Amino acid sequence: MNSSHTTAVLNTAELGAEETNPKPKKPEEKAWPYIHAPDALSARSVSVPRRGLRRELKIFLTNPNAIVGLLFLATVIVTALIAPLIYPGDPLEMVARPFLWPGQNAAYPLGTDSMGRDVLAGIVHGARISLTVGVVATLIGLTIGIAVGAFAGYFGGVIDDILVKLIEIFQTLPNFVLLVVLVAIAQPSVTTVTSAIGIITWPLVARLTRAEFRATREKDYVLAARSLGYGHARIVFQEILPNALPPIIVTSSVMVAGAILMEAALSFMGLGDPNRVSWGSMIGSGRDVIRTAWYLTALPGLAIVFTVISLNLISDGLNDALNPRFSEERR
Amino acid sequence: MSNSKRILSQARRVAIQAIPTVLGIVILNFFLLQLAPGDAADVLAAEAGSATVETMAEIRSRFGLDLPVLHQLMNYLGNLAQFSLGFSPRYGMPVADLIGQRLPGTLALMGAALGIAIFVGVFLGSIMALFSGKLPDRIISIGSLIFYSVPGFWIGLMLILTFSVKLGWLPSGGDSTIGSSLTGFAAFLDRLRYIVLPALSLALYFLAIYARLTRAAMLEVKSQDYVRTARAKGVSPIRLTTRHILRNALIPITTMAGMHIGGLLGGAVVVETVFSWPGLGRLAFEAVMARDFSVLLGILLLSSLVVIIVNAAVDLLQAWLDPRIGESR
Repeated sequence: MNSSHTTAVLNTAELGAEETNPKPKKPEEKAWPYIHAPDALSARSVSVPRRGLRRELKIFLTNPNAIVGLLFLATVIVTALIAPLIYPGDPLEMVARPFLWPGQNAAYPLGTDSMGRDVLAGIVHGARISLTVGVVATLIGLTIGIAVGAFAGYFGGVIDDILVKLIEIFQTLPNFVLLVVLVAIAQPSVTTVTSAIGIITWPLVARLTRAEFRATREKDYVLAARSLGYGHARIVFQEILPNALPPIIVTSSVMVAGAILMEAALSFMGLGDPNRVSWGSMIGSGRDVIRTAWYLTALPGLAIVFTVISLNLISDGLNDALNPRFSEERR
Repeated sequence: MSNSKRILSQARRVAIQAIPTVLGIVILNFFLLQLAPGDAADVLAAEAGSATVETMAEIRSRFGLDLPVLHQLMNYLGNLAQFSLGFSPRYGMPVADLIGQRLPGTLALMGAALGIAIFVGVFLGSIMALFSGKLPDRIISIGSLIFYSVPGFWIGLMLILTFSVKLGWLPSGGDSTIGSSLTGFAAFLDRLRYIVLPALSLALYFLAIYARLTRAAMLEVKSQDYVRTARAKGVSPIRLTTRHILRNALIPITTMAGMHIGGLLGGAVVVETVFSWPGLGRLAFEAVMARDFSVLLGILLLSSLVVIIVNAAVDLLQAWLDPRIGESR
């Protein structure tokens, strides 16, 4: 608690210095007596966020768990990027004798499946699908969620009531059942799976954003911005949103992990893109031969666990860095 | 305000809030499913192998599929008002009966999973909080991180591999021994053997969440003034932990458990496919594959109702746990 307090005080001290400095520099810009207030605002928006972020980045990068998470995730990202280089062919193609166990043939270090497909090639290519779906679905969810949440929280009133009801309806529907319905209706493909996951995850973001907006809506700096005659768009995007971001950033890394898990579950059930290899579909097809060749089920699952753990470690690190109040309790 | 009166007023408020939600869910589901390509008549015709335009039209008019969309919605709402969920063309039986057959299986699975998750989660969380920063805390937090990151269906398969295939201790699928003539307690034990693995694979993710939540909540409560007061007046450590700390730490956990009902149901869909557990989740999956709208609508509506009811129950439970809740409003 103490450390976060002192930094907060320091920041405001610096803030004050920044605000008083530019005053004498350019008095000739406008012939309006109250020119200092907008000047101070523009000066602040340039200098402070960078300084604040550096401190949080330092906390994040000195957290050993977060570093491990970053290294894990970097491994997965690099694997996904170089997949077409090391395995240029189609991973769904038969390359060798079926049911080669890992280590049996040096050319196929992780063995082959019931159709003679290279397991390692499948896992490497599966990383592409998992990461793409995870990141894009999260971006969709964030976009819709922030838009709805900001709208509801900023304007309030009847709009807020209606949007809150909508959020509540979406949160009451069992998410995964809704996801299965959406994908089945739209026919499974990478695009539909990604959009469907985005559609079912937005209410969480919307709720979070709305709460942050309601809490900041009446803060002094927002009132100041309003009294300066700034438009709604500028107040929402430049004044409130940056301050609402920390919890949203923490949530987004959890959302990527969740999206990867949901994609895996969908393709495990046969509701994934049939033309692309994914970790979930590999587990789904390995399941039938679990008695004789359990490595076909275990290996792609380990890839999922590895990726999701990395994202969860990163989100814990982000949480500690961005929410100093909670990190005290966690330690 | 007296305790029971307060809980009653809370119940009334929850009920009033739920009505528009239920209505919104019904209408949303209905229009969502209207978007689906192909209807139940297409599926029936495809299964019959041969169908003329006339038989298709006949099937459609029999189930009201040829009426305008709004008319179909009104029919559906009218039927709902009489507690009828419609008729499933695919299974040839009323949807309510179909769901009624499968609901107990899912509720049993969810209940068992939630029970395991809460009991073990709170227990592990308490241990983590008591030894915070020491070795047991570290080990359990690594374990909870892993449980939190493992997909439920995969852990299910790994459990089958370990306990059914390799060790042969527990059955790998179904909900009871087929054709067994067991009765009474023996039948219960038989079912228990079948539910362990699916319930465990559904529970692990939530168990990890509750463990972390309990730890954080207990550490927060521990530093409150009333805990110091209780310790100062000589309350024994065990009583302090259970009565003063844990009871207050349970509030965020009950909130989360209420929010997780929908997630549990979704998880049950996948876990039921892994363990061929005869429940609602599997039925939902089959209904999607067969494009059986009325069954799907029924399941979605019913599962949302379950979520609403459980949340209401959680609200009431919280009003009982913490007398301050519901008083000020």
